[in-house]
Amino acid sequence: MTSKERAIADVNTDYLEKYGFHDPEEYLLRTPKGLSHEVVEMISRYKKEPGWMREIRHGALDIFLAKPMPTWIDPSMLAELRFDELYYYMKPLGKLTRDWDEVPERIKKTFDRLGVPEAERKFLAGVSAQYESEVVYHSFRADLEKQGVIFLDIDSGLKQYPEIIKKFFGSVVPAADNKFAALNTAVWSGGSFVYVPPGTKVEIPLQAYFRINSKNMGQFERTLIIADEGAFVHYIEGCTAPVYSSDSLHSGVIELIAMKGAHIRYSTIQNWSTNVFNLVTQRAKAYENAIVEWVDGNLGSKVTMKYPAVILAGEGAHGEVLSIAFAGNGQHQDAGAKMIHLAPNTTSRIISKSISKGQGRSSYRGLVKMTPGATGCKSHVECDALLIGAEARSDTYPTMEIAENDVSVEHEARVSKLADEQLFYLQSRGLSEDQARLMIVNGFIEPFVKELPMEYAVELNRLIELEMEDSVG
Amino acid sequence: MSTAQRTPVFSCEDLHVYVDEKEIVKGVSLEIYSGEKHALMGPNGSGKSTLAAALMGHPAYRVEGNILLGGEPIGDLPANERARRGMFLGFQYPVAVPGVSVASFLRAALSARRGKDVPVREFRALMDDAFKVLNMPRSFMARYLNDGFSGGEKKRLEILQMMILKPLFALLDETDSGLDIDALKVVSEGINRAAGSETGVLLVTHYQRILNYIAPDAVHVFMDGRVVRSGGPELALELEERGYDWLEPEAARAAGGAR
Repeated sequence: MTSKERAIADVNTDYLEKYGFHDPEEYLLRTPKGLSHEVVEMISRYKKEPGWMREIRHGALDIFLAKPMPTWIDPSMLAELRFDELYYYMKPLGKLTRDWDEVPERIKKTFDRLGVPEAERKFLAGVSAQYESEVVYHSFRADLEKQGVIFLDIDSGLKQYPEIIKKFFGSVVPAADNKFAALNTAVWSGGSFVYVPPGTKVEIPLQAYFRINSKNMGQFERTLIIADEGAFVHYIEGCTAPVYSSDSLHSGVIELIAMKGAHIRYSTIQNWSTNVFNLVTQRAKAYENAIVEWVDGNLGSKVTMKYPAVILAGEGAHGEVLSIAFAGNGQHQDAGAKMIHLAPNTTSRIISKSISKGQGRSSYRGLVKMTPGATGCKSHVECDALLIGAEARSDTYPTMEIAENDVSVEHEARVSKLADEQLFYLQSRGLSEDQARLMIVNGFIEPFVKELPMEYAVELNRLIELEMEDSVG
Repeated sequence: MSTAQRTPVFSCEDLHVYVDEKEIVKGVSLEIYSGEKHALMGPNGSGKSTLAAALMGHPAYRVEGNILLGGEPIGDLPANERARRGMFLGFQYPVAVPGVSVASFLRAALSARRGKDVPVREFRALMDDAFKVLNMPRSFMARYLNDGFSGGEKKRLEILQMMILKPLFALLDETDSGLDIDALKVVSEGINRAAGSETGVLLVTHYQRILNYIAPDAVHVFMDGRVVRSGGPELALELEERGYDWLEPEAARAAGGAR
């Protein structure tokens, strides 16, 4: 065995068979290992960014360096994360393209294995596929362009629409929000930029595929989606990462802005390899009568920390988080949601489902906040955990900060074990134990799956099936 | 009906069932031929449901003795293998599986029973038929398995499954409990249809009531883990009139004899 093979085997043999494939690495630019003002400067200059963005990056790096690691989590969760061992920017060979024929063959093969082109043929409006830190393939239908919808990789967005980016970048997730938001703001690269003009409904979901393809590579995508008054857009992002020999970090920042009466749905299924730290800040701001929905599925990764949030800033706004997390052996899914009710008559709903298998651990961490004056607000929270096996673990940390009387808040939490009686019932009808187990788990996540477009539902069911294959309770 | 030269569709011989080393079923032997309906009647707590679940292969029970299905020993097989070979258990308390539709569950079950996928058209036709017999709306197809079902709906769905899966041998555990008289008639009609002239049936029940609609070929009285008396349909009527108490001396004798 070569050292590389041994290293891969160490990570997770199973995962390698299931999803693990990666291309030889070829880069135009790679910054030196570790994080410094020099690295930040190098990234910004290489991208030929305006000075104001460079300043934002440097300022964010100072915040990152000054901020301690989060104190409210189990410190062991992030103990193996070594910021100095990571590369923060890589520029792959190949230029930005939008025609599939121009995409380099090797990269195309990777996407072929992920099923992207096929999905596109079927119903994609546009594909913004992130390969390493750059978007190499980006296309969308002509009718979208006619509607005035902007769907770009964010680097191109910064070049073509600097005034929009300047106005909204960091307005929902400021660099000082948390250590990882600061890190992302300092070294962000890639991600999507979407702007939907007033009254425009984007009928077909916009999709992007993200992928880490190099060892010790931090991926710091930055996505900004703005739906102007009365607009509607559904954005979908999915990840399948290959296996690496040492820990990788993914730390994205996603900002959504739904203006008066607008509606944004953001759906994602993430399936990182089991050595990835997935520390993402997803937050939306919803103005008067706007609707924001996060549909969030988390599989894989070593540690995921992710709490999609909606700031309900305008009267009558509605926020929703529907999430599932699957924690297998050695994995910790710390996921949840935040709803911040700042305006009267705002409503929110959180449905969080988690599955812990073997020695997997999942946590729900949530916040519902209602500020003084936010009268007539309603919030409904449901946490549902399914444990498979005696060693699986689930914890719930719900926080309610209610500073107003005229409101309604409901919280339900359930923990269930995959019941022997359910298994026996299904087995007594001819289903094998594995089939029965899978059917029960698929039933458990059904309320989530039915919110996904068909192809993602199929993919998610397939991923769950793979995860369940070795699940001897 | 001549049964002399045929093999029983189901038989068990000197069957003992233990739960955590406690003996619940204490030596039961039964023979049921194709097309026959037997009633196993006994008071609450006599071990009837344990016997039924153990015959189906519930992993929580330790079983001693032989179980044959169509002449083949199945005692070492898991529940799903027994089901594939044609054993069926109608549950007293059918289990809810939220998120799994009746249609997708039953199609998987029928595919398992047949050993190959069932064409959608054929499956739909089978379901439509069964729904009609059991007086159930087609909307049941899309409902989640036993989730939020009333007691009567659950029992109907059990019999619907029996109709679709066409077992060689069906154990029906207190299928009549919790049914009002109209539902009982419908469910009984379903059982008669599902069983046809081929399936062997062991009807486990506390009451004689259901036997007004399903004529048994034989009645076995089950007390304290043993069959204490077997007879024809008239035995069920006698139980209805006199209760189980009068058989207690017989049960005691059986227990004594076993020691």
